[in-house]
Amino acid sequence: MSANGKLLDVQHVTVEFHIGGLVGGTLLTAVNDVSFSLESDKPEIFTLAGESGSGKTTLSRLLLRDLEPTRGKVLFEGRDVSTIRKRSEFIEFMKKVQPVFQNPFDTFSPLRRVDAYLFDTVKNFGMASNRRDAAEVVDDALRNVGLSLDEVRQRYPHELSGGQIQRVSVARALISKPTLILADEPVSMVDASLRMEIVNLFQKLRDEQKVSVVYITHDLATAYYISDRIGIMLRGYIVELGPVEDVLERPAHPYTQLLKESVPEPAPKSRESWAKHIELGITEVKEYGRIGCKFAGRCPKVMDICREADPPDVRVGRQTVKCYLYSEQTTKADTGTQS
Amino acid sequence: MTLLSVQNLRAYYQTEAYGISRTVRAVDGVSFDLVPNEIYGIAGESSCGKTTLIKVISGNIKPPLKVLEGSVNYSFGEYKVDMLQISQSELRQNVRWKQISYVMQGSMSVLNPVRKVIKTFQDIVDTHERIRDKNKFLKQTHTHINRLGLPTDVLNAYPHQLSGGMRQRVAIALATVFQPALIIADEPTTALDVVVQRGVLHMIKDIQAISNNTVLLVTHDMAVHANVADRVMIMYAGRIAEEAPTESIFNAPLHPYTQHLINSLPVIGEKSTKASLKGSPPNLADPPSGCRFHPRCPYVMDECRTVVPDLVTVKERHRVACHLVEEASL
Ligand SMILES: Nc1ncnc2c1ncn2[C@@H]1O[C@H](COP(=O)(O)OP(=O)(O)OP(=O)(O)O)[C@@H](O)[C@H]1O
Ligand SMILES: Nc1ncnc2c1ncn2[C@@H]1O[C@H](COP(=O)(O)OP(=O)(O)O)[C@@H](O)[C@H]1O
Ligand code: SF4
Ligand code: SF4
Ligand SMILES: [Mg+2]
Ligand SMILES: [Mg+2]
Repeated sequence: MSANGKLLDVQHVTVEFHIGGLVGGTLLTAVNDVSFSLESDKPEIFTLAGESGSGKTTLSRLLLRDLEPTRGKVLFEGRDVSTIRKRSEFIEFMKKVQPVFQNPFDTFSPLRRVDAYLFDTVKNFGMASNRRDAAEVVDDALRNVGLSLDEVRQRYPHELSGGQIQRVSVARALISKPTLILADEPVSMVDASLRMEIVNLFQKLRDEQKVSVVYITHDLATAYYISDRIGIMLRGYIVELGPVEDVLERPAHPYTQLLKESVPEPAPKSRESWAKHIELGITEVKEYGRIGCKFAGRCPKVMDICREADPPDVRVGRQTVKCYLYSEQTTKADTGTQS
Repeated sequence: MTLLSVQNLRAYYQTEAYGISRTVRAVDGVSFDLVPNEIYGIAGESSCGKTTLIKVISGNIKPPLKVLEGSVNYSFGEYKVDMLQISQSELRQNVRWKQISYVMQGSMSVLNPVRKVIKTFQDIVDTHERIRDKNKFLKQTHTHINRLGLPTDVLNAYPHQLSGGMRQRVAIALATVFQPALIIADEPTTALDVVVQRGVLHMIKDIQAISNNTVLLVTHDMAVHANVADRVMIMYAGRIAEEAPTESIFNAPLHPYTQHLINSLPVIGEKSTKASLKGSPPNLADPPSGCRFHPRCPYVMDECRTVVPDLVTVKERHRVACHLVEEASL
């Protein structure tokens, strides 16, 4: 176990991408000074939600060591993951930290049968000593997600529907019995019933096998349902972070408020209010390049100061909010939040 | 008046690998009509056959997909199309983009990554008909983009310069320049955040309101149907379980599967445990006998295991396939 009692400790990480031509291009800060941590002895489901293109996938690639931060550090069990160099160490790390990706078709090559991936995973992590045991490990993992080896045996990815293939990738991640699962949009392609099945499964893994899950999603309703804490991302920043009940029941940041209000309710009675027109960010590159608060162009509460410099992180109740509405520098008059 | 009439459609995937042949009965006896000027939603769990149904009615029938039975007939005013008989050249010249546009699952990929958006527009139009008058086409495109509230500079951008949501809106704009009679959108907002999703769906509604075309919206997200669709079809295992106006689907669902779907939706502010269905999703290569929902149905009766329930009309515009409900004499 780690020295500081943390399973995962993300310290002020920033990722810059160079976009445009080699000369004259610009820097896009996809992840901007992000910090959060997960405790070792308290498994939890931590959700990252927010705008498309706000840096969630980039952040998860950092955690998987698929990308090096431009600045800042990611510690897993106390160790800076960028110091993992040896292959054996990397395999140990991968065994403990398993990804489930957004687009399952990226995980599986169209030219290989999907069961082959599962058997490879068993072999790479040494989870079985012979083919028979391997088949059992694979079948167990598949049954956890409502499939079976019989159903996927010999099939190619295009012969499975989007939801089926995603369940196969969750099954694959479970094979090495990880302590941390990074699930990027794991349920975006499945229907309500299966969605509940997969998120209930994450909950079971947390409660019974002490697995922590970083759950990246656009689905705030399931995030509310399963997670302990949530971080809301906007253009590279975490703009609000706290217990999921506080953040989603009483959102403090104007962007979180818009986000919550945009969740379509599963009942026709909300049609009218939901149909109210909203303004969308034009192109993300423009918003990323904005000085000051990235939301200033769309924020109904924007003030002059918002366009001058990055807003500070302010503690509001149990949440941390990156917004001038709550800082000392602005009047306390209009800090009322609504939900 | 009907725009599309689908009768008793059966479309299977028939594959053969290493001597094992497999038949996936993805669409198995589906009948429904679309009328002009409506937003018709199709919901149902993943792999229940939604995309396959769409492939058939849009004329994208390629092996291993095969139509075994049924009919798919369109009436675009005086112009009638039998989708199962039409030639590829006629489909290309007169139907696609002009009468029927298809925004595919993950359609952002229709935009060519190395060409400016406007070039992609031209390429697509070029393959379907020669653009006789390029200027006229450009003007038409600009007007359309403006009308949909998109900034015209997106036309001169490369796809990677646009966000996912903007790319999806551009793809939809592209699909609707010619104001087709039918717009088919398969999971158009699945990968998007809720704010962008709301914007994209608003745009689809706007297009529909401007051109009075019919929109076929496929998504497993019931909340989207609640807010967008006029009528909803619930599919289960390749068949229609229920079809009704949106209000009835949500306020008075009659099929046990629909009831489950609606009750299992989590909502913010409520932490009670939501059960998933017992049992596994059906395997369409070997679907359950009788009612396909019977292994998972809380109300299963003996006859459900052997007798396939017919899709019967129980009220005006409300059809259900379940032995628990009775046909109305309308
Ligand atoms: N390799 C790269 N080179 C340049 N830009 C990149 C790269 N990867 C990501 N980006 C940009 O960084 C930003 C954040 O992207 P990211 O994929 O992390 O978003 P996301 O929050 O996961 O979005 P979504 O919800 O759509 O999955 C986007 O503007 C994206 O275009
Ligand atoms: N090209 C294909 N070859 C064989 N089977 C397929 C193919 N495409 C889809 N299927 C199967 O057909 C069924 C229905 O798939 P699909 O129509 O994509 O479902 P949905 O769109 O409702 O998620 C699934 O069982 C899927 O595995
Ligand atoms: S800092 Fe200003 S612009 Fe940004 S969210 Fe807060 S009030 Fe709005
Ligand atoms: S026919 Fe029987 S098994 Fe099928 S939904 Fe109705 S009650 Fe349930
Ligand atoms: Mg992503
Ligand atoms: Mg589909």
